[in-house]
Amino acid sequence: MRTRFWVAALFLLPALVLLGALVVYPIGYSIVRSLYDARGSGFVGVRNYGTVFSDPGTLTAIKNNAVWVVVAPSITTALGLIFAVLTERVRWGTAFKLVVFMPMAISMLAAGIIFRLVYEQDPNRGVANAAIAGVHDVFSPSSVYPGARPRPGADLSPSAGGSYTTRSTARAGTPALLPLVGIPETNLPSTAQQAAAPRGGGSGVTGTVWLDFRPGGGGRPGVIDPGEKGLKGVTVQAVRGGRVVASARTAADGTFTLPATAAGARLRLPASNFAAGYGGVDWLGPTLVTPSIIGAYVWMWAGFAMVLIAAGLAGVPRELLEAARVDGAGEWQIFRRITVPLLAPVLVVVLVTLMINVLKIFDLVYIIAPGATQNNAMVLALKLYLTSFGGGDDQGVGSAISVLLLLLVLPVMVFNIRRIRRERRR
Amino acid sequence: MRTSRTAHAALAMTAVAALILGAAGCGSGSGKSDNGGQSPGGQSSVKLPDLHGQHLELAAVWTGPEQQNMEKVLAEFEKRTGAKVTFTPTGDSESTFLGTKIEGGQPPDVALLAQPGVLDQFAQKGWIKPVGAGVQAQLTANYSQGWQKLGAYNGKQYGVPFKAANKSLIWYNTAAFQAAGVSVPKTWADFLKTAQTISDSGVPPVSVGGADGWPLTDWFENVYLSQEGPQKYDQLAQHRIKWTDPSVKDALTTLAQLFGKDQLLAGGHKGALQTDFPKSVAQTFTGNPPGAAMVYEGDFVAGFITSDTKAKIGTDAKVFPYPAVGGGKPPVTVGADIAVALKDTKGAQALLTFLATPDAARIWAQQGGFLSPDKSLDLSVYPDDVTRGIAKALIDAGDDFRFDMSDQAPAAFGGTKGEGEWKDLQDFLANPGDVAGAQKALEADAAKAYGNG
Repeated sequence: MRTRFWVAALFLLPALVLLGALVVYPIGYSIVRSLYDARGSGFVGVRNYGTVFSDPGTLTAIKNNAVWVVVAPSITTALGLIFAVLTERVRWGTAFKLVVFMPMAISMLAAGIIFRLVYEQDPNRGVANAAIAGVHDVFSPSSVYPGARPRPGADLSPSAGGSYTTRSTARAGTPALLPLVGIPETNLPSTAQQAAAPRGGGSGVTGTVWLDFRPGGGGRPGVIDPGEKGLKGVTVQAVRGGRVVASARTAADGTFTLPATAAGARLRLPASNFAAGYGGVDWLGPTLVTPSIIGAYVWMWAGFAMVLIAAGLAGVPRELLEAARVDGAGEWQIFRRITVPLLAPVLVVVLVTLMINVLKIFDLVYIIAPGATQNNAMVLALKLYLTSFGGGDDQGVGSAISVLLLLLVLPVMVFNIRRIRRERRR
Repeated sequence: MRTSRTAHAALAMTAVAALILGAAGCGSGSGKSDNGGQSPGGQSSVKLPDLHGQHLELAAVWTGPEQQNMEKVLAEFEKRTGAKVTFTPTGDSESTFLGTKIEGGQPPDVALLAQPGVLDQFAQKGWIKPVGAGVQAQLTANYSQGWQKLGAYNGKQYGVPFKAANKSLIWYNTAAFQAAGVSVPKTWADFLKTAQTISDSGVPPVSVGGADGWPLTDWFENVYLSQEGPQKYDQLAQHRIKWTDPSVKDALTTLAQLFGKDQLLAGGHKGALQTDFPKSVAQTFTGNPPGAAMVYEGDFVAGFITSDTKAKIGTDAKVFPYPAVGGGKPPVTVGADIAVALKDTKGAQALLTFLATPDAARIWAQQGGFLSPDKSLDLSVYPDDVTRGIAKALIDAGDDFRFDMSDQAPAAFGGTKGEGEWKDLQDFLANPGDVAGAQKALEADAAKAYGNG
């Protein structure tokens, strides 16, 4: 018996030494380290834990981790389930599976960089905003002179909805001068002509809308100087008591003529002349940054979930499905009452694996979140790294966070081990 | 235990053998080393010891072209002394790299430190060695007091400020200036007026790389230095006055005159927050009309212009000094790479001596992308007028320049993405109306990082 014990011990020794050195010792040391201050020499008891729980940054991280653990694995598993069930029915299922699984071959770092570009604000650079801006522009085309605004000191003042309205009322015979600035010369249509003062006379209200900026400078504000171009195609409305009574468009030299009914009304340049192009969604802004990063994660891991679930699906006895069909069950009923319950063990495995995976999420957040919103996207693993090495250099508090992270992973681990044991017993 | 001792013994043997071999090499090579000490041009301004057979290691953050240029400087040193010098890039976290090397007992002979704070910290720990008489003689001859002081700690000289950066420059697109009919502004008020005119001409005037936090700290520092003067600047840098001080309020209010006006920023303040530094440079010199007319940052912008755009420096892209704010002098904020000895050896001292001479500075200066704080270096060695102008501004500032404030601060406050000053000024850019809130956030973070409440 004794020799058997020693032989067993001898065989176990390499594993024990490795486990001890690589797992048990680091955990033990982290716990010890978390009780010391930043320099590692002064014992501070549990004060580091106090710091962890009083720091709003860490609290955001805990909150975000909770969001991650709930949202990311469930969406990923649900998508994986849908893909797995659908690809079973499709002829090109394998090819489809291959494509969905492909992101798994990319490292988290590369995926992070890819999605940093996808979420770029500028629609000319970020694919997500390019798509949204493209759809948006179909329904509301951009204006003729985006970004234009009245010359400061001119008679125009900002009014509702980004339009500009004159302070004085229009009179027949007195031409209205409506100077605009803020348009690059190069953005004018090539047909733009020298701005002209409108001819007076007649009973109508006339005026000029022009670019009151002479290239190279030297123009007088509010005066039509030689070299200043008229703005073609600007809508000018005459507004009286909040109602549009007349409307006209400017000609190539910037002049417009409104009918006599416009006299006594205020002139308005509606916002449709100036509306800037749609800027897209602020994906990496404070509110959307975490959901955006979760999106990147789902893109990566849906393939993983799909492959595991598809493997489980292959093990579902066909006879059961056939029997249900014969009994007159619909596809949805089969899916809900037969496929999903039979797949439950696999789904739990996928869900739990992803949960553990998500709790330690680090790289995607570190790479995708820009500096300005990094704190909004903060997760525990990132906080742990930043506190210990990234400028804070307080490995005491860092160790405390790592212990907290360990405590959060433990219940999931215990659950997983129990489940595996139960399964083995069966 | 025993095995490790044997290993040590073996190592020692090897070392001894190497020394003997080295000495032998030295003996055989000594015949030609007399003329080896002379550079081909015969313009050597300093006598360096014969170091044949010695091996030196120099560590610095540089990679790519900067590393190549530094290696050219080192090649000249090798030629003059016969020593061999290897260049080791340290990666971004230089102090961590050097710290582990030193604690592991394998420090490089000489390192170039980019932050005076790190120099102080290393001097405190006794990791770096004071300079010898030979180095000091070169420093006294070639550097102004202010520059020497950057390499000193507690009155003792440790380092040689080898490479400088001028961080008080505004780069502009000459075509955009021409189209708007404006000229280079000299004061902050002029600057704002110029920006307004450019905006009227239809080009966004100022490009700010707000997605990175550090350009914002530099914006602030220049305003603060010019408006509040060097004394206040030093006090704030050491956190002897709080960020809630009225002087900070004034500086932020001044800055808000720019940051708070969407017409003056490329993309408005929201767009600026989404623009990283390389893009802020690229958009200023790309397109017709360009994405912006001016971009602020140090001399290194030149490198980004050449690599990321088609603009030619000197014709399409020019530079003017940061304007004077509120009646103060135009600010000059700088960065510097300071060479220090980590070993107390003849070779390390000789290398420092060489780096302190105009001979060393000239080699890199001719290649471009380099400014020397060495006042005896002839300005004609710089490759183009723009660089020459920048170098002249740097030397002309005398001792009125100040070192980049955020680089003097603890890294947690002045040097970490998404934290401290970087983050607080990004929040300020997002909400430029809230000066008091920004001050409060800055003070809270500063108190935590400096640890002196």
